[in-house]
Amino acid sequence: MSAVVALPRPETAAAQRRRAWEERLRLALRTPSLMVGVGVLLFWIFCAVFAQYIAPHDPIAPDILNKLQPPSASHRFGTDGLGRDVLSRVIYGSRGILVAAPLATLLGTVVGTAVGLVAGYFRGLVEDVLMRITDAFLALPTIVTALLVLAAVGGSTTTVILVIGLGFAPIITRTVRAAVLSEAQLDYVEAARLRKERAPYVMFVEILPNVMGPVVVEFTVRLGYAVFAIATLSFLGFGIPPPNPDWGLTISEQYTYLISNFWWPVLFPALAIASLVIAVNMFADGLSRVLER
Amino acid sequence: MLRFLLRRVALALVTLWLLSVIIFLASHALPGDVGRRILGPFADPRSVQTLDHSLGVDRPLLVQYLDWVGGFLHGDMGMSLAFHVPVSELLLRGLGNSVKLALVAFIIVVPLSIFGGVVAALRRGTLVDRIITIGGLSATAMPEFVTSIVLILVLSITLKVLPISVQVPPDADPLTQIYHLILPSLPLVLVLFGYIARITRAGVIEALEADYTRTAVLKGLSWRTVVIRHVLRNALMPTIAVVATQTGYLIGGLVVIETMFNYQGIGQLLYTSVSQKDFPLIQAGVMTVGVVYLVATLIADVSYSLLNPRIRLAGRE
Repeated sequence: MSAVVALPRPETAAAQRRRAWEERLRLALRTPSLMVGVGVLLFWIFCAVFAQYIAPHDPIAPDILNKLQPPSASHRFGTDGLGRDVLSRVIYGSRGILVAAPLATLLGTVVGTAVGLVAGYFRGLVEDVLMRITDAFLALPTIVTALLVLAAVGGSTTTVILVIGLGFAPIITRTVRAAVLSEAQLDYVEAARLRKERAPYVMFVEILPNVMGPVVVEFTVRLGYAVFAIATLSFLGFGIPPPNPDWGLTISEQYTYLISNFWWPVLFPALAIASLVIAVNMFADGLSRVLER
Repeated sequence: MLRFLLRRVALALVTLWLLSVIIFLASHALPGDVGRRILGPFADPRSVQTLDHSLGVDRPLLVQYLDWVGGFLHGDMGMSLAFHVPVSELLLRGLGNSVKLALVAFIIVVPLSIFGGVVAALRRGTLVDRIITIGGLSATAMPEFVTSIVLILVLSITLKVLPISVQVPPDADPLTQIYHLILPSLPLVLVLFGYIARITRAGVIEALEADYTRTAVLKGLSWRTVVIRHVLRNALMPTIAVVATQTGYLIGGLVVIETMFNYQGIGQLLYTSVSQKDFPLIQAGVMTVGVVYLVATLIADVSYSLLNPRIRLAGRE
C-alpha cells in the first residue's frame, strides 16, 4: 500500500515576498513604540491638514486688548504678547515643520545615497575624493553649516529645506558607502559585472535594493534630526519668516515674556515640538527593530 | 604607531584645507558686490568701487583666497565689520568663554552618563535600563531651546534654585561663576547624556558577553573585580572616542544656548556675525569651529590608540 504524501507546494517568489511583508506588518502592530510614534505623528498631520476647521481662532489676528491672558474657557492655551490665541497658533504651527522636515530628509537621503553608491562602488581615487569632501563637511555641526549658507543666500522655507537636506547628505553617504562596500564583494554584483552591465545599472538596480534597509532606517533617524535642526533654525530666526505661527519662531518671539512668568505662549509650542520629536524617534526606533528582524 | 599618527595628522590637514575652500566659496557664493551690500542700493557707484578696492574684494578670487588663508596662518583674521575690532581678538575671548561653559557641561555629563550607561548595561532588560535608554534617546533628540525653556521654568522661575542670568561680576570667585553656568549647561548635558550613555551601555554589554569575562567569572573572581578590572577597562575605551566626537555637536548647541542666555561665547559670535552679515567674522568663526572639531577627534583617535594595545603595538612584529 502506497501512501501519497502531500508535499507542500513550493511557494512562488511573489507569494514569499507577500508573506514576508505580512509578517513585518504583524510585527509592526506588536511594537508599542512604533504604534505610539505613528499615533502622535498622525495626530499632528491631522492638525496640519484640517487646521482651519479645528483652530478656534485666527492664528495671526492680533487682539492687543486681550494680550497675555492666562488659559481660560475662550482661550484654552491663553493668548500671547499680541493677544493671539496660543492654541490656534500651535495647531497652525504644525504646518511648516511637517512639510519642511520630510522634504529636507528626502533630499538628503536621495543625494547621500547616490554619492554613497558611487563612492562605495568605484573605490580608488573617486572614493578618496568623495570621502575627503564628506569628512570636511562633517567637521562642521549641521547648524553651523546651515548658518554659513543662510547668511549668504538668506532664509526662507525653501533654502532651509535645501540647506538641511544637503547638510545631511554627507552623513547618509557614510552609512550607504559602508553598506555598499560589503555588498560589492558578493557574487551577484560580480555576476552583473561579468554580464557587462553598465555601472549605473549595477549600482542602482542591483545594489540599491539590497542596501534599502539601512537607507530606510537612516531616513527615519535623520527625520528626527531634521525636526531638531529646522526648529532650531526657526528659533534662531533663519527659517520661516513671521507672522507664520511656526513653533520655533513663536518661541523666539515670546521667549522674553517667560522671565515675567507668562509661561503659556512659550511652553505650549515647546511641548508641541517635544511631542513631535519624541514621536519621530519612537517611529524611527520601532521601524528599525521591525526591519532588522 | 608613528606611521598611524602621521597618517591621521595628514588626513586632518587635507580635511582642513578642503574645509577652508568650502567656507571661502560659501561666503563668496553671494550674488552681487560687497561694497554695494554695505553701502545700500542708493550709494554712488564710485564710492562702492572705492570701498570694494579698500576691502580688497575687487581682486581675483584665487588671490583673495590665498590672502585669507595666509592671514589665518599668521593669526591675522581681518577686522570684524560689525564690531570694528580684530576678529582674532573676538574669537579668542569667545572661545575662552565657550570652553568654560563646555567644561561645566562635560564635568556634569561625563560621570553621570558613564554611570547611567554602566547601570543600564548591568541591569539590562529591566525597568531601570528602559528608563535610562528611552529617556536618554528622547533627551538627545530634543532641541536645546525646548529643554532650556522647561529648565528655566522649573529651576529658575518656580523652584528658584538656579539663577537665570549668566552675567557675573568679573571679579566673582570661581564657584559663583560655575554656579551661574550650571543652568545654561544643563540643556547640553541632556543632549550629550543620551549619546554617551548609549555608547557606554553597548560597550559594557559587549564586554560582559566576551569570553574573557566568562573566563574571569569561572576563575572564581568576585563579580565586583570582574566588572571593574575586566569589563569596564575594555568597555570605556569607545566612550572616550565618543566624548571627543561630540565636541562638534557641542558647538552647534552652544550657538543656541549662548544666544538664549546672552552668554558671550563663540556660539553667540557666530550667531551675531551671521545676522549682521559680518563675513570676516563668519569665515574665521566657522573655520575655528572646524579646527576645534578636527583637533578634538585627533586627540580622541590618539588617546584611543594609546589605550588600545592592538593599535599601539601594531606593526611592531
